[in-house]
Parts: sequence; structure tokens; C-alpha cells
Amino acid sequence: MSASDDRLASDLMRPLERTGWRWYLFVGVLAAIVACGLFAWGFQMWQGFGLTGKRWPVFWGFLITDFVFWIGISHAGTLISAILRLVNAGWRRPVTRCAEVITAFALMIGGLFPIIHLGKPWLFFWLVPYPSRRLIWPNFRSPLVWDFFAISTYLTGSLLFLFLPMIPDLALVRDRSTGMRRKIYGVLALGWRGTTAQWHRLETAMQIMAIAIIPVAVSVHTIVSFDFSMALVPMWHSSIFGPYFVAGAIFSGIAGLIIAMAALRHVLKLHDYLEEIHFENLGKLLLTMSLLWGYFTFNERLTAWYGNMPAEMNTFQATQTGSYSPLFWTMVLVNFVIPVILLGIRRFRTITGCVVASVGVVIGMWLERFLIVVPSLGYKFLPYTWGTYRPRPTEIVITAATFAAITLLYTLFAKFVPIISIWEMRAGQHQPEEVAAAAEPRLGETHA
Amino acid sequence: MAHRWGMTVDLDRCTGCEACVTACRAENNIPTVGDLQASRGRAIHWIRVERYFEGDFPEVKVKFRPVMCQQCDAAPCEPVCPTYASHHNDEGLNAQVYNRCIGTRYCANACPYNVRFFDFFNPVWEKPLHLQLNPDVSLREVGVMEKCTFCVQRIAAGKDTAAADKRELKDGEITPACAQSCPSKALVFGDLNDPESEVSRLSESTRGSKLLEDLGTAPKVTYLQGGDHA
Repeated sequence: MSASDDRLASDLMRPLERTGWRWYLFVGVLAAIVACGLFAWGFQMWQGFGLTGKRWPVFWGFLITDFVFWIGISHAGTLISAILRLVNAGWRRPVTRCAEVITAFALMIGGLFPIIHLGKPWLFFWLVPYPSRRLIWPNFRSPLVWDFFAISTYLTGSLLFLFLPMIPDLALVRDRSTGMRRKIYGVLALGWRGTTAQWHRLETAMQIMAIAIIPVAVSVHTIVSFDFSMALVPMWHSSIFGPYFVAGAIFSGIAGLIIAMAALRHVLKLHDYLEEIHFENLGKLLLTMSLLWGYFTFNERLTAWYGNMPAEMNTFQATQTGSYSPLFWTMVLVNFVIPVILLGIRRFRTITGCVVASVGVVIGMWLERFLIVVPSLGYKFLPYTWGTYRPRPTEIVITAATFAAITLLYTLFAKFVPIISIWEMRAGQHQPEEVAAAAEPRLGETHA
Repeated sequence: MAHRWGMTVDLDRCTGCEACVTACRAENNIPTVGDLQASRGRAIHWIRVERYFEGDFPEVKVKFRPVMCQQCDAAPCEPVCPTYASHHNDEGLNAQVYNRCIGTRYCANACPYNVRFFDFFNPVWEKPLHLQLNPDVSLREVGVMEKCTFCVQRIAAGKDTAAADKRELKDGEITPACAQSCPSKALVFGDLNDPESEVSRLSESTRGSKLLEDLGTAPKVTYLQGGDHA
């Protein structure tokens, strides 16, 4: 093991081995916020769904916005990391795991929302097709049932995709620890010895997962968009929604990833691993997605306006110039204008520039989902039934708690698993001298 | 032959008195939610009288349109329900099974007429309204959707009576609460599969139109307006 190898391992293992009081404080505060969210949800179940701001005719609001938003954020990881792995981008190495973890946690949180927003959340399992004594199956024509399949497939796939490349690192942690810790990591490492055969199998499995997960990721957000586009609701019933949602998901996902990486770099002092170049490259990706998002939004709006159908125009006017217009134009500003300026001009495409743009994009994409869900429901066909929506404390607390929840889960994960893949970094360091394909197995044997 | 229940609403006869709204509430155990919740948009009306104004003040004409579930043949609310709580029954009614409903509220969003309502809280009746609860209609607990059933309990009772007497149902034998209470007889209910029934005759009138007909939902409620009043 070379000196640089040693430094790499000790740098990246440091968060696992040393824990300061600030970490406990941070986790405590986050856990308290999450507890508030759980309390709000429990209270809502106890008292009735009326604690939220939902009303006739706006039956979906903050919670469905959160659902689409978090499923969107989940596209950060798996999709980006799968593409970067497949094209064998060298700079991916420190990025992939940070990204894949976001997917896993964002999906867990996002997948919870369809349940939180049910009138009877304790009956959520009726969406599951299981052979019951009553011989009643779920309605396979319902997009909500498609959602169940899409999200559970994606969650399973992305957990596998996250876990596979973790195995050699878990073995490394096992070898460096003692006692109970050694036992737990030993189980998680699945008997990894770093033999050539094991490396071979791991490589194959990772390759299969990287290919398989891409169509799954694309289909998931398309199906989420079907929740809206299948319904006969003005501005929902649109064929652009599938690709629009996928593009928006990747867009917000990259923004989430940039924020997470900047936080890791700052807190864990990973300046030598998460470098300017990573932010620069992801910033370019974010710029591309920002332009794509702008293109889709323009398309969606222009066709509605040009078509001039009365019901659609009511929703259109409400968002463009009516009561929702401050939100709409804020969204355009933070999703398009600011990112294009900050990321399009090289001088501004610094780490700070990328993070500022990303925070804007995360806010803007949440607003986008809100503006898709709510105004259409408020301005359906019969003017007599028009209505508006205002969130109430329960929903706001639950929404805030999800942001704390993902931060908490991420913090805990980084405490127990090296957040940057150690073996992949090593493989990257060795690559110049060796044939890329052979580098990794041989490397594994050294510390078997 | 199976029944196919339908209704006609004569807009020229409707005076907007809202007797139908009151009768429906009494017949179907519709909870009163209280003024605070009503102001938050949680009031439930299986039938409502929409009020529209024509002309400028003071030359204003008021138009009324009673709107209830249109019992669509191609109902947008049905395919979206993940649990079959909202489904089509043999007699063409959009049935709502309260026990199957888990409260996704997707049906309410998909419905272009906004005639579906959600129980945001457990039902309450201000005294003495609790004394008029109808034993033939199930109460809906918190977290489910409810909507106009065309008074399915009266349909069932009417069919039972006819079966007990060993005879066919007569036209006009079954009347939902709204039609029964309408002083100007604007609402007519009956079997659309019976070509002799009054509702069949009125549905085919040239005065008739469907609400939001262009959406292709194929409603079984026909609105009559203008033209020859024969």
C-alpha cells in the first residue's frame, strides 16, 4: 500500500472514526425537526385530513407537490451516476456515491407522501396487489397503482445500485475496526475478500445495474407525470408532461447533488477530493438542464396560449398574470435566468456560483411542481366551482421536516459509510499506469 | 332488461329555491361541517344550484343550474381510482364504495364537474339535525369521498317493492329526494332504457344538452333549455 493510498484511506475514513460534539448537536436538531413532522402527521391522522389546507376543489396541494419534488430530487443520483459510469467519465469517482445516496433517501421520503396524503393512510396496502380473501385486486388502470410499481422498482434498484459499490469499502471498514463494529460491517461486507473472481462479479453486477437503472429512472418520473397528464384537467392533460417531468427531475437532482457535495466538502474538509473540476462539470450539466427546462416550459406554455381553449386559458392566466404569477415569475427567475447567467459565464461558474444557482433551482423546481398541481385544480371547467388554496401549518411542518429528514439521513450515512468511494478513488489513482479494466481487480488483491 | 338511470333538469323551470339541496342533505345524511370549515371550503353538497348572472347592473338576469353527479357513462373518476371505490355498476350508476375508499382524492381531481366531496373530518350534525338521520343511508367516516348516488337506496327500495308485488317497475315510481322536493318539477328521474318513460322522452328533446358535452364524458343528466316547451 503506497503512501498516497494510506492518506486517502485515512482522509476518507476520518468521519467514521472521529465524532465531535457538533455532530451530535446537528443530528439532535435535525431529529427534533423530523419528530415535529411525524407529530404533525400523527395529529393529522388523529384529527382528520382537514388539518391541511386542502379543500373543495383543490384536493391536492403541498403534499403532492412534495411527492413530485422528492421523486424528482431522487433522479440526482442513480441516473447521473449510472450515465457517468457507463461513459466511464474519470471525474465521476468521488461523485457517484454522494449522488446515489441522495437517490435512496429522497425516494424513501418521496415515496412516503402518497401515503401521508391519503384520507386513510393505514389502508395504504390496498394499493399492493396481494391475493386477499376478498378477491379484490387494485385497479391496474389507475396511475396511482402504476406509481406504486414504479417507485418500489426504482427504490429496490437504486438501493442495489448504491449497495454494490459499497461492498469493498464496507470490507475495508471491517478490516480496520474491532469488536461489535467489526461484526456488523462483516455482515454488511457479505464476506468480501477481494479475490479476482469477486472483483469480476462485482464489476459485472455494477455494469448490469447501471444499464438497467436508466430506463427505470426515466419511467419513474414519466409515471409520476401520468398522475397528472392522464386526468381530464386543464393544463394537466398534456403529452409533454412525461419528458418535462424527467428533465425537471434531473435538473433538480443535479442541483441537490451540488448542494450536498458543497456541504460535504466544507464540513468533512474534502477539498482534495471534491475539487473545483467536479463542480465545474456538474455546473455545465446543470446549465444544460436549465436550458432544456426553459425550452420545455416555453413549449408547454406556448401551446396552451396559442390553442386558446377557454378552460386552459383560465389556468394559464391565473399563473401568468393572476394570483399565482409572483410564484411563476420567481420560478422563471431562479430556474432559468439566474442559472444561465451564473453557469453560462465562466467567471461565475465557481463553487459558490454553482451552489447559489443550485439553491435557486431547488426552490424553483419546488415552485414548478406547486404551479402544476394547484392552479389547474382551482380553475377547472365550471367557473362556479373555482377555488383557491392556502397551506395550513400541518403541511408546512411536514414539508419542512422532509428537508430535515434528508439532511439527517445523509449525515448519518456519512457517519457510517465512507461517503466517497475509497476503492474507486484508488482505482482512479492507479489508472494512468495500468490498463483500466485490469486496474481494479489487481488493486483488490493487495489488501485482501 | 337492465335499468339505466338518468335525469333531466329543465333550466327554464328552475327557480333556484334550493329545496333540492335541502332535501338531498336530509335524505342522504350529509354532514354539516360548521361555519368555520365551510369557510375553508369543506362544505358538502351532493347537489348544488350554480348561480350565473347575465347583463350589467341594474339590468341583471340570474340563471340557475342545479348540478349533481352527472353519472357519466365514460366517467373520468372511475379509471383513476386505485381501489375500485369509484366504479360503474350494472345500472350505469357511478357507484362509490365508502369501505373501499382510501382517500386519494384522485377521483375528485379527475371529475370535470367538481361534484365529488371529501370527508375532511368525522361527520357531525348540529342538534336537532341528528334526529333526522336516514337509516337507509350509510354514514361516511373521515377520509373518504362521497357524492350523489341518484338516491340509490330509493332505487333499491323501489325495485324490492316491485319484486315483492311480482310486477314491473312503473315509470315515476322511484324518485330521488331532489326531484321529489322540486316545486316546479324541473327535475325528472327515470329509466333511460324504457323508451316510454318521461325521462327518455325529455332526454331526446331538441331542448336538451349535456354539461361540458365536448369532454366526451357521456353524462346521463340532460339539461333542457329554451326552444319549444311542448
